[in-house]
Amino acid sequence: MKSDVLLRIGVKLILPYMLVFAAYVQLHGDYGPGGGFQAGVIVAGMVIVYALVFGAKAARQIAPVALVERLAPAGVLIFAATGVPSLFAGKRYLDYSVFGHDALHAHEWGVFLVEAGVITTVAATLIAIFYALTDREHS
Amino acid sequence: MTAIAPHLPVLQVLVPMFAAVFTSFMRRGNSAWLMAVAASWLSLAISLALLAQVLQSAAPVSYVLGGWAVPFGIEYRVDRLNGFVLLIVNLVGSMIIPFAGTSVRKEIDGNQQAWFYTMYLLCLTGLLGISVSGDAFNVFVFLEVSSLSTYVLIAMGRHRRALLASYQYLIIGTIGASFYVIGIGLLYLATGSLNLADIASRIGPGMTEYSRPILAALAFLSVGICLKLALFPLHVWLPNAYAYAPSAAAAFLAGTATKVAVYLLIRIYFSIYGVAFGIDVLPVYMVVLLLSLAAMLIASFSAIFEANAKRMLAYSSVAQIGYITLGIALANVSGLTGGLVHMFNHAMIKTTLFMALGAVFYRIGSVQVADMAGIGRRMPVTMAAFTVAGLGLIGIPGTAGFISKWYLVIGAIERGYWPVVALVVASSLLAVIYVGRVVESAYFREPSKTVRDATDPPALMLVPIAVLAALSVYFGLDTRLSAGLARGAAEMLLGGMR
Repeated sequence: MKSDVLLRIGVKLILPYMLVFAAYVQLHGDYGPGGGFQAGVIVAGMVIVYALVFGAKAARQIAPVALVERLAPAGVLIFAATGVPSLFAGKRYLDYSVFGHDALHAHEWGVFLVEAGVITTVAATLIAIFYALTDREHS
Repeated sequence: MTAIAPHLPVLQVLVPMFAAVFTSFMRRGNSAWLMAVAASWLSLAISLALLAQVLQSAAPVSYVLGGWAVPFGIEYRVDRLNGFVLLIVNLVGSMIIPFAGTSVRKEIDGNQQAWFYTMYLLCLTGLLGISVSGDAFNVFVFLEVSSLSTYVLIAMGRHRRALLASYQYLIIGTIGASFYVIGIGLLYLATGSLNLADIASRIGPGMTEYSRPILAALAFLSVGICLKLALFPLHVWLPNAYAYAPSAAAAFLAGTATKVAVYLLIRIYFSIYGVAFGIDVLPVYMVVLLLSLAAMLIASFSAIFEANAKRMLAYSSVAQIGYITLGIALANVSGLTGGLVHMFNHAMIKTTLFMALGAVFYRIGSVQVADMAGIGRRMPVTMAAFTVAGLGLIGIPGTAGFISKWYLVIGAIERGYWPVVALVVASSLLAVIYVGRVVESAYFREPSKTVRDATDPPALMLVPIAVLAALSVYFGLDTRLSAGLARGAAEMLLGGMR
């Protein structure tokens, strides 16, 4: 499909909008439908669409396998580490009140950090699954 | 120390979980192994401290995550029962992990060794999480964490059939987990709560209008969890899974995974239904009793005719799980003590046996009984440990297995179930035959060509095997810790019952 001009240009045009939409879904998850999981799927969709048109090899240059394999646990680490500051403050694990002065603010920050972990892991895991499936013909 | 003490229930889960995340960044098997050793031993220390806390206080140790009040937030709740289960899981884990270092290096490709430890630590996280959590849905999440990592652990086996075994377990395990969720969903429908203690206080005689969903929940939970704990005839996934998994993984799973599922069943039968609803509205105990007896006899027969020693031990596990569930079905203090103490004793015994076979595989590359001819003279310490643990499996007086069977027999006599007593003894005689086959082959045959140059494995493998074999004798002579804890838990569980 590399020779198809319409597809190539079309995908290049659509990718930035996908990223913006992913950011919207991620950040607006507090107020409307959405959140880290859905945004992570959209981010992974970017890489998959790119790979479908420009080939899996080109996609692996943008999102190398080694990076993806490290990002997946990194997201878990972000999520799990969000609970740790409250332990040092003498509060219960995952108590968000340490992140701000009033409860509402603190909670927003806590959820923001947790969702950052979720988007990282979901996007990386889906890309890793896609790579594993496209890798089968080589092995 | 005083600052850490109130956080122990959550640290019990966090320590292996963080270690799992860190090992997943590592590419070298050795550094991941060191991390796993540190996490497993720290986890054992936490469970000991937690058990000390529980024994000191009359009320269960409770921990609310995120500071959310009890029925709404997730609660971690440790009492005499799960304090005991945490100890079992950690004891097995801390003994397996030194052994795993050498065994994994031999059995798993270099670039996958670090992943093995990640999966082991995730499995440990899941099993400890199921044990420590007092929230029904949180338990499900940990059930999935432990199951998914178990599928990977099994699939890492060298034999191609490991993939098939893993896939078979994946399908059956998913059905089991789905049934568990359906059961929890029905309970949530009837009570509006996910906290196990809160559910127990909400379902009661006043809830007759909801009695049908609550009964359906009992059926779904029973079948779902029995799939996970491999109660006969829901055990078909287990022999292949244990036989083809890497040695260290098989030893770990045999010692812990089914025990934790049994714990979950006990929790639901006695802490929820037994207290509040009266479990006898359905003939649950009779069904479990008959299936346990079938497991003890039929699985033992299968073990006798098995040529592969690892598969033989797997069938023997199905039979031994029958003893544990027999204790549940007897539902009196002696019987339940027997079931609970057998969780502990069988964990010691079966882990020793699987580790000994792992050492044999490390040296001769096979665990066929025929290939092990004469190995007793070449690997004396390993096979001595195997024999000692095998005697425990049979239930010779002076070994741990005798203690559990003693309590079970007393429990059966108190109920007046004399045929059960006879069947427990009959099943022990079958164990004599299948353990005897391996011992006979190892000691009374001429060494075969494969066995001729075998020697005892390196100390890192040998010491855990010897220590666990010694423990299985020690807990047959001094039962204050094992049977004492089990009795305390059984009295607590049955004390709350109507």
